[in-house]
Amino acid sequence: MVHVCTIVPISLTVGANRIVPAVAIPHPLGDPSRTPEEEVQIRRKLVLKALKALGTEVHEQTVFTD
Amino acid sequence: MSYRVVHYINQFFAGIGGEEKADYRPEAREGVVGPGMALNAAMKGEAEIVGTVICGDSYFAENLASASAEILGMIKKFNPDAVIAGPAFNAGRYGTASGAVLEIVAKELSIPVVGGMYPENPGVELYRKSAYIAKTSDSARGMGPAVQGMAVLLLKQLNGEKIGSPDEEGYIERGLRVNVFLDKVGGERAAEMLAKKLRGEPYKTEYPMPVFDRVVPNPPIRDMKNAVIALVTSGGIVPKGNPDHIEASSASHYGEYSLAGVMTADEANYETAHGGYDPTYANKIPNRVLPVDVMRLLEKEGVFKKFHETFYTTVGNGTSVANAKKFGTEIVGKLKRDGVDAVIVTST
Repeated sequence: MVHVCTIVPISLTVGANRIVPAVAIPHPLGDPSRTPEEEVQIRRKLVLKALKALGTEVHEQTVFTD
Repeated sequence: MSYRVVHYINQFFAGIGGEEKADYRPEAREGVVGPGMALNAAMKGEAEIVGTVICGDSYFAENLASASAEILGMIKKFNPDAVIAGPAFNAGRYGTASGAVLEIVAKELSIPVVGGMYPENPGVELYRKSAYIAKTSDSARGMGPAVQGMAVLLLKQLNGEKIGSPDEEGYIERGLRVNVFLDKVGGERAAEMLAKKLRGEPYKTEYPMPVFDRVVPNPPIRDMKNAVIALVTSGGIVPKGNPDHIEASSASHYGEYSLAGVMTADEANYETAHGGYDPTYANKIPNRVLPVDVMRLLEKEGVFKKFHETFYTTVGNGTSVANAKKFGTEIVGKLKRDGVDAVIVTST
């Protein structure tokens, strides 16, 4: 399980072990200030980061930043 | 001469707006705003709210460090003797924000602070060691008692009075240990407790065992190309019309929906049921919360073997911890039954 979320401290508190910080609360995997095509690219990057986190060995709670 | 107090509240209680104004930047105002009036009344002239600082819940959550610093600056200008924040009840972002404000004030200004939250508010776990947090109900219906409890805790601190146990004073356990002298030594008390236990009589533990909700991290997915990946969300994305009526807050159930033949979570077929964030962006492009389009793209490219045909969804807004645990356990059971290897959970 990987948690793609905006408020990382809450995710840490409830015990997620793999965390990927998202864009913003109303649009965690999007950015309305960009074009739809750019948004898909942003979304791709985030989902790929999430998949990478799933494939990474961790021994404690880990936040996957860039 | 009464004590000077600054009150921190969010955009909703300041009457500025709801979720659509959750990105409101920090603002300072003279005197009371909103529930500050009730707090003032409860402090009966001994202390007075001289200024109010307002900030949007999402703005604070997305700019924790800079917002805390900016708000600290605004608070300092009022030259306060104490700071009070909330009550936030069960509002997660508000609890997190108010707790963060109290923490930075306590640390940098060394003055008394008080907050008010429902015990399940995430702000409690994060900040209960930094500030007294009065125990409140889960909604603003409990404003009356909340305000009373907070006022008493603040005045006691200001007057240098001793503050008793959490039970006595109505605040949430802080997890701080205090040394006290008792009449009997530990060995005697332990023996008495054991005797009661053996006789089947009621006894009270002196130290409740802490509950750490932690799990050992799962091993990584070593063969992603052959993995089945599922999506689960607490962001409330549901089929248009919310056919199973998942509640906007305090969800009583979760939804299970087929993604067979679905290439994208679009405006025509999906919406959000979540009442805890501005739904505009998620309703326009539900992929922004449930990334179906990208999962399909990556599936086609062979990054993983299969995008699981079912997604699970609920609304995380004010959902009780007990329910959340129940939903999670059930969903995991189904995912395992269906041969899913890993899950991406998205939250707003």
